[in-house]
Amino acid sequence: MGGKGVSAHYKTIVIGAGPAGLSAAGRAAEYDNDARANNSNHEPTHILLEGSQLHANTIQRYQKGKHVMDEPGYLDLRSPMEFAAGTREAILGAWEQGLRDTGVNFECGVEVTEISGQHGSFSVRCGNGQTYTGDNVILSIGTQGNPRRLGVDGDTSAFAQYQLDDPDAYNDEDIVVVGAGDAAIENALGLARQNRVVIVNRRNEFSRAKQGNLDAVLAAANNRNMTFSCRYESSVKALRLPASEGEPGSITLNTPQGEEELPCHRVIARLGSIPPRAFLENCGIKLPNDAPTALPELDSHYQSNVPGLYVIGALAGYPLIKQAMNQGYDVVEFIHGNEVMPVEHPLLQLKFGLLPYRAEVDEILDLYQKRIPMFARMNSLAFRELILESDIRVVVGEKDHLKALGKRRSELRQQRFVNIQATRDKEEQCRREAGSEPKSYRAIEEPGITDVTLCDDAIYKEGEYSNSFFTIVEGEVTLRSGSGPETTLTAGQFFGEMSLLSGRPRIGNAYASSDTILIETPRRTMVKIMTSNKQVAQGIEAVFLQRTLQQFFAASASYHELSDIARRVTTSQFNKGDSIYAEGDTGDRLYLIRSGTVALTGRRGSKNIALGQPQSGQIFGQLALMGDPVRRESAVAAVRTELIEIEHAEFLALLKIAPESVPALQTETSRQLQHASRMESVPEGSAVISFLLDKGLGEATDALVIDEKLCIGCDQCETACAETHGGISRLDRKAGARFANVNLPIACRHCEQPHCMKECPPNAIHREPSGEVFIDDSCIGCGNCETNCPYGVIKMAYDAPKKPGPVQWMLLGRGKGPGDNSHAPPTKAAKKAGKKAVKCDACVNRKSGPACVQACPTGAAYRLSPEEFAGLVEKS
Amino acid sequence: MHVNILNYAGRRYLWWSLLIMAASVVVYLSQSPDLPRSGGSWQGYTLGGLGVLLILWLAWLGIRKRSYRSNAGSLQQWVSAHVYLGLTLPVVVTLHCAFQFGINVHTLAYTLLAGVFLSGLYGLYSYLRFPTLLMENRAEQPMEARLEELDRIDKAGLETAEQCDENVNAAVKSALARTAIGGGFWDQLRARDRSRVLLSEHGSRQVGNPDQQTIIDYLVPKIPDTSKRGEAERLRELLYVFGRRAEILQRIRRELSLQLRLKLWLCFHIPLTVGLLVALIAHVFSVFFYW
Repeated sequence: MGGKGVSAHYKTIVIGAGPAGLSAAGRAAEYDNDARANNSNHEPTHILLEGSQLHANTIQRYQKGKHVMDEPGYLDLRSPMEFAAGTREAILGAWEQGLRDTGVNFECGVEVTEISGQHGSFSVRCGNGQTYTGDNVILSIGTQGNPRRLGVDGDTSAFAQYQLDDPDAYNDEDIVVVGAGDAAIENALGLARQNRVVIVNRRNEFSRAKQGNLDAVLAAANNRNMTFSCRYESSVKALRLPASEGEPGSITLNTPQGEEELPCHRVIARLGSIPPRAFLENCGIKLPNDAPTALPELDSHYQSNVPGLYVIGALAGYPLIKQAMNQGYDVVEFIHGNEVMPVEHPLLQLKFGLLPYRAEVDEILDLYQKRIPMFARMNSLAFRELILESDIRVVVGEKDHLKALGKRRSELRQQRFVNIQATRDKEEQCRREAGSEPKSYRAIEEPGITDVTLCDDAIYKEGEYSNSFFTIVEGEVTLRSGSGPETTLTAGQFFGEMSLLSGRPRIGNAYASSDTILIETPRRTMVKIMTSNKQVAQGIEAVFLQRTLQQFFAASASYHELSDIARRVTTSQFNKGDSIYAEGDTGDRLYLIRSGTVALTGRRGSKNIALGQPQSGQIFGQLALMGDPVRRESAVAAVRTELIEIEHAEFLALLKIAPESVPALQTETSRQLQHASRMESVPEGSAVISFLLDKGLGEATDALVIDEKLCIGCDQCETACAETHGGISRLDRKAGARFANVNLPIACRHCEQPHCMKECPPNAIHREPSGEVFIDDSCIGCGNCETNCPYGVIKMAYDAPKKPGPVQWMLLGRGKGPGDNSHAPPTKAAKKAGKKAVKCDACVNRKSGPACVQACPTGAAYRLSPEEFAGLVEKS
Repeated sequence: MHVNILNYAGRRYLWWSLLIMAASVVVYLSQSPDLPRSGGSWQGYTLGGLGVLLILWLAWLGIRKRSYRSNAGSLQQWVSAHVYLGLTLPVVVTLHCAFQFGINVHTLAYTLLAGVFLSGLYGLYSYLRFPTLLMENRAEQPMEARLEELDRIDKAGLETAEQCDENVNAAVKSALARTAIGGGFWDQLRARDRSRVLLSEHGSRQVGNPDQQTIIDYLVPKIPDTSKRGEAERLRELLYVFGRRAEILQRIRRELSLQLRLKLWLCFHIPLTVGLLVALIAHVFSVFFYW
């Protein structure tokens, strides 16, 4: 394509050869191929520009053999490039093949520096002086390529790296790693195997890192055999570049002790990536706010405010590969004048399939978004995504109606399966004709069709551990809790935010009237939206506060009356071990625990005595507002805790609105005082409680506790666990922490807000309504949950070999016998499938409860929740 | 919350057990006074049948214990019932045989039963008592931590001894090297300390060093008797090392002893039960065969 200067004019210029760009360019190339079939002199009307030397730069940099996911599973792929979950190599290979097969006009090593012009006459200038002109520009450059830099002179030289492909490529070097996130830690630890490493942290702890990485850093810093050290509260002041290749340069740090110059061979900075804001603004693209992470606003065709300039992939807010590839395809179709329905269109049709009215998907989306004030101002693409990940639920009044809709539902499901199979058959036919190998398809996913329930059935019930979030589109929902009044919510309002925010089980029951339509959004989706959309987060937060205040202090008050007070109370967060107030302080507020657990202790004589351990949903410190301003105890967060602080004025205002809540408040206060005095009288029991809280039981909902006075060490608990869980015990009795007669084995405690559920790529960790947290078969063995669990209760293990029958075992001596849970080597198949995460599921499907407890011959094993701590003390 | 096997469910099975025993006595006494009371009357057969059923059910615990998937009650419930119902057996069986003993297979079965019963009683005692003793002996220091500490102070002791007088150094080295944990069955069971030490004044003859006392006694008089600079301080350090060692070693031995005793009774209870079952078959078979 031409020399330096101005080249041919293209219809489509795709910038960035990541998944989105590859897919877009591939589709554009297919159009060219069609045209070439009629006119052999047809010149390409598209070009794909890439700054680096290879396609899919980010994935190229993954470690060898890394498993790449193809989430979300419900979405089909629409692209000339192939993509299915697999190893890095398989995926890169498939794309390379795709580039060749479609004949994409690919220019690599050209970095785009400027895009100017408008629809029909864009000009794209590159770092090498080349300029390309075109009608349309598709920007698919992602965000990974734009690392946050050190911000000092020399930070663009080769001395400062922002990426580490293979830590073993360096040997016997002095290396400084800057950053406190997981990437920085993993790089630093990897390098420390063969090099001398210093890691520089701007703050005084590695709070952003996963627990496992945190532990590993601390262990490495304390390991005498490793040359590894940390610099805290330090920032980079300057770099001195090496005089010549192989010579060391140096980095100067601002540390609390003054400046420090560290000679080193290279500096690796892992400070995250940011959207290339300046570049986008230079292109004329408007960004909605000043946040460094702000993403461009786009219409439903991914077109920015500059007509003809499209943004797709991570830069458009879609970090998932499959979505990005579909967008690339759709944009090129749109450019070529084909108004194709997005690939998720049939999915949305199914979601809306049983609504009592017939309308186009886009109309319904539009209507719903308008109807819900909180979502009304959301980006329409984001709202579409929200609906895709949510369930639509129709509540009907009559059983016959339910039956009829149920029948229609199964028809829709059947139809969906038939359609997908037909498409696959057709594709397979084409492949056969083209002489290519048959493709393996994954099982067809269960489609998300409108849910239908009866109005007599509760949407959720008191005490259930569900945490999805409900929005009412039509109809009415009544919330009933034991003590409080009934609350009726109507269209546009939402509920379920308490469990969403606190992780606690549901409070009260929710019933919908007939002909109600609800959107049920999973917690994961809501959390994502709340982090990216401040308005939604604030809206939910405000209502959460109102409802919490109503529930605790002013049952009869209306939301309206409470909204003013709710605005004035503050929320605060405490990490484990942070002090909330100290004994002897003068208090001016009471605290309502939003999530977490607080340890209340008092000095009695020379001893510190545990006086109480209020959990989420409870209040403490109220005596300061009820006549005794001096704190009689110290309050410390036992786990990461969020509190709602209510000061004097707000407290009085609440009581004024609802004077009838005073007796209840007094009852609760005397209950707490009684509990405290009981604890004071049993100091040894109080020590047990302190021990349990110290071991993190404050956030447990169901923990295994063994009474050492009864335990005979027979390990029946472990054997029973292994025998009922595929041969692998999920608890470790011997390694448990012990204090007095309490042994806390290494076993899952089913935390209030499970740490393990946080970053599970296939979303394989779930919570039963009854509270049990378990991992399903879709685990890919990534180990995130193992890293995230602060209690070390998750392990990665191969499937254990199947045990022989008793006769085979006895007569032929095959395999392990019944009750023998010693280590058995995994089978070849198990090894091939790889290690999977295993953890206690509290025997969720076992009729008579957890096997460990059931199989204990002496009654030493017991499962308890924090509410039962007090009972443990009285017994011990 | 945590309830032991005797107090399980408000001692429900104690009442069952008392009921069975009372009923057995009533049945026994109901035998006609004209004939001598024996296992051959219908009352005798009833009691014998009851005994067999009880024995089979009690022995079934071995299978129930390994039925990990079973939903039939908790194992603790089974064990509680096993204990209380097991207590009825001597009554039921003695009344069944109407106090008639001899040198035959029947009395063999009875003797084996007595063995099973007594070992079971000891087992019950050990399950109720030893866990607490173990816990007290552990004193908030797990076994691994204890072994680690032992290793640590041993190393410290060796380092200190290096700088001491040659004889002291040799004595310390030999005391450390000849420390014994475990040993034979009786040693383990009785937590006997067979540690030895080689002291220069005894020539090449090793002497016993129970509870590290010999080496301590060897070191103590040297402290006021030293002229070398810093030697007194070093000797006192060594004194601490051996004092602490004595304590740690004692606890380790006691732990081993208690662990052994906790399991040892099963080595009688189970084989005797198997023997009892065999003898029982012989007893029942012979009774009916020679009828």
